[in-house]
Amino acid sequence: MSLWLTVIIEFFKTGLFAVGGGLATIPFLQDMAVKYGWFDLETLSTMIAVSESTPGPIGINMATYVGYITLGPLGGVISTLSLVAPSIIVILIIANMLDKFKESKIVKQVFNGIRPFVVGLILAATLDLFLSTLLNLDMLFSIRMFSWLSIVIFAIMLFVYKKYKINPILVIVIGAIIGILLQL
Amino acid sequence: MKELVQLFCAWFKMGLFTFGGGYAMLPMIQKEVIEKYHWASEDEVMDYYAIGQCTPGIIAVNTATFIGYKVKGVVGAIVSTLGVVCPSVIIITLIAACLTNFQDIPVVQHALAGIRISVCVLMAVSIYNLGKKSVNTLFGISLCLAGFIFSYFTNVSIVLLVIIAGICGVLQGRISK
Repeated sequence: MSLWLTVIIEFFKTGLFAVGGGLATIPFLQDMAVKYGWFDLETLSTMIAVSESTPGPIGINMATYVGYITLGPLGGVISTLSLVAPSIIVILIIANMLDKFKESKIVKQVFNGIRPFVVGLILAATLDLFLSTLLNLDMLFSIRMFSWLSIVIFAIMLFVYKKYKINPILVIVIGAIIGILLQL
Repeated sequence: MKELVQLFCAWFKMGLFTFGGGYAMLPMIQKEVIEKYHWASEDEVMDYYAIGQCTPGIIAVNTATFIGYKVKGVVGAIVSTLGVVCPSVIIITLIAACLTNFQDIPVVQHALAGIRISVCVLMAVSIYNLGKKSVNTLFGISLCLAGFIFSYFTNVSIVLLVIIAGICGVLQGRISK
């Protein structure tokens, strides 16, 4: 019983203090490994790898995995719910305040500054994915630095997606099929 | 009730097809939340993303909570959040139970290599669309560049940077008046 309570408290704490998305929860998970010995750091790196290779936000995947390892299937559910509970509470409070001040001029000005800034943040967060997918980073400054096959697939998919406005989900599925067929 | 079912199903779908962090969900949000159901405008989604960055928790969950609340209050927020985490819980539980070497299976690796290209395509279009709307003045371009440079090359806290960007927005509003 006390183990369940500890898992709930630890994940609630992680959800409450990890600011900046899923990857920000990793230090908290490392802490759990060291403090309680529920899993070792090598298992944690496997869990991170699996979480990155499966659908769903990474932070949620990792929480489910840790909960499962520690307490079985129900543990995975409990750890995930404990992780998201603080988010729900905090966001509900903010959403409520935002409703009240939505029409305020100063709030509008604040968001006018934040919006273009966030585009920059998103660009920074995805740049590494672009570079590692379209370039061979270990062969920089040579003719083989470009992954030509990936670049060609990228260009064709980009064209089709823009032109025919197909569903993003279909783009993901097509990418998976192309990856398997061409043994990328 | 119908709206709650729609919220759950839409967020379930978005959770199921997101590979990577919260950002990878953006193209799906644009399709489902903005274009299909008109639950929020593009500007609102950007604002939720910004707030989701600065508040604790998973960004995708924070965004789901925001939009759910906007559509159907507290119940909508909870239903959306449960929808977005459900696929993860199911898939990870199955993998943890049967396939601990999941990420080493060749077919999975090939599929993921292809999916990474898909995510690049989706993100390129999403970033372009967002940029077209808010990065079209000297002020917007400067802030976008600042956001990129500071978060890519330095370790300055994102929360602090977003607050500064907000202050810039107010200053700009004052000056241009």
